[in-house]
Amino acid sequence: MRTVRVIPCLDVDDGRVVKGIRFTDLFDAGDPVELAARYDAQGADELVFLDITASSDHRGTMVEVVARTAEQVFIPFTVGGGVRTVDDARRLLRAGADKVGVNSAAVDRPALVTELADEFGSQCVVVAIDARRRPGTADLAWEVYTHGGRTATDLDALAWAERCSDLGAGELLVTSMDRDGTRDGFDLELTRRIAIRCPVPLVASGGVGELDHLVEGAVEGAADAVLAASIFHLGEFTIAEAKAHLAAAGVAVRPA
Amino acid sequence: MIAVLDYGIGNLRSAEKALQRVGADARLIDDPTAAAGADGIVLPGVGAFGRCAEALRATGLDDVATDAVARGIPFLGICIGFQLLYEGSEENPSAEGLGVLPGVVRRLPTGVKHPQMQWNTLDIAGSDLLAGVPDPAWVYFVHSYAPEQTVDTTSTCDYGGPVVATAERGPVWGTQFHPEKSGAVGLGILANFVAAVDRAA
Repeated sequence: MRTVRVIPCLDVDDGRVVKGIRFTDLFDAGDPVELAARYDAQGADELVFLDITASSDHRGTMVEVVARTAEQVFIPFTVGGGVRTVDDARRLLRAGADKVGVNSAAVDRPALVTELADEFGSQCVVVAIDARRRPGTADLAWEVYTHGGRTATDLDALAWAERCSDLGAGELLVTSMDRDGTRDGFDLELTRRIAIRCPVPLVASGGVGELDHLVEGAVEGAADAVLAASIFHLGEFTIAEAKAHLAAAGVAVRPA
Repeated sequence: MIAVLDYGIGNLRSAEKALQRVGADARLIDDPTAAAGADGIVLPGVGAFGRCAEALRATGLDDVATDAVARGIPFLGICIGFQLLYEGSEENPSAEGLGVLPGVVRRLPTGVKHPQMQWNTLDIAGSDLLAGVPDPAWVYFVHSYAPEQTVDTTSTCDYGGPVVATAERGPVWGTQFHPEKSGAVGLGILANFVAAVDRAA
C-alpha cells in the first residue's frame, strides 16, 4: 500500500520560524520548538526543518535549535540548510535529525550526495531542489537555483533530479520557486515529471494555499509526500483537517 | 539500565530519547565494558547493512550483542539493527550478520519505490512486542531491504507484497520500522519492550 505523507515545514531564520513569498518578504511565524511539538501532537507524518539563511556564523545556534526541536519530535525529522560535508551531516544526526537535506552544496559538488549515502545510507539523504520555470521555451523546462533561490545554476531540474537519485539520494524535496508562498498550488507539471522519472520518493513543496492543493499534489503531481507551511503555521488548517480532506478524496493517509 | 549500542552510525539519539520518554534508564553505550550489567539491549541503526556490520565489529559491540542474546537478556533490534540479527543481506552479500536469527535479508519487491519511506499498517500474527497496539497500527518505515519471512516473523506490512515488519524469538525482538519515529504507537511498542526488560531484571 502506498500512503502519502503530510509534512509541515519549518523555515528557520536565526532561531525563529519564518515564511516568505517566492523566497523573500519574510515574516515571523513562531518558535520552532513549540510548532514542532504542536505538529507532532496533531498527527503530522514528518517534520522538515530548513535553516534558510545557513551560514557558518550561526551554525552552533542552529545545531542547538535542532536539538531542542528534536526533543519534542517522535516522528521523522529532516534537517537541511548549510550542510556541506559528511561531518556537518553527522552533527545534525547527533542532534536528533533523522535525515539531512542538501541543496547548494550538492550542486557545487555532486559527489557529496554519494558520500552521505555511503556514510549514513540513502534513506538519510534528501536532496532539496529549488526550481523555476525557464521563460520562453517551447516545451516546459525548469532551472535549478541554489543559495536560497539567489543563484541560477543553468542546470535542468529534471536532469538534476535524475542525477541525484543515481548519486544515492533517498528522497527529493522539490520546491517550485514560482509557486512558493503564492497559495496558487503546487507546480504539478514539475512534480509529476520528476516523480515519474525518478525511482525515489518525492516531496512536493511550494504554493499550498488550500486543502485541494494537497490532493492535487498527491494525485496529479504523483508526489509521495506533500509539504506545506503557512496554512499550518497561521492556523488556517490543522493536520487532521488536511488528512481528512486527502482521505475523502481517496488518497491513502495515516489518520491523524 | 538499557544499553543502546552506539557504533557511530545514524540517528541513535532518536532511539535513546524515545526509550527515555517511556521511562527507561536508556544510555548510549559505545564501550563494550560499559554494557556489562545492562538489563536490556537495543541495537538501532540506519544505513547500509555492510557498513553497519563492519562498524559494529570494529567497536567490539557485536560481542556485546551476541553475548546478551546467549544469556537471554531482552534484546530489541531496530531497522538495520534488526537486519543485523540475521545471517546476511542481499544488500552486501560479502558481509556477515550476527546470525542470531536464521534467514537472510532480501530486497523489497519490484514495482514499488525504493526505499519504502512512508507510514504503513501492520498485519499482526500474534506478538508480545505489539501487545495492545491499536488496530490498524500505523508505523513509519524507511528501508529498501527486509528480512525474509521465517517462523520468527510476527507481523508484516503490505508493500508490493507482504514485507516482514517484526520478528520474535524468545527475548530477541526486532522491528523493521522505526518505533522511535512512529509517534504514540511507536512509544507504546517501546514501552512493551521496557516492561519486558523490567520483568526479566
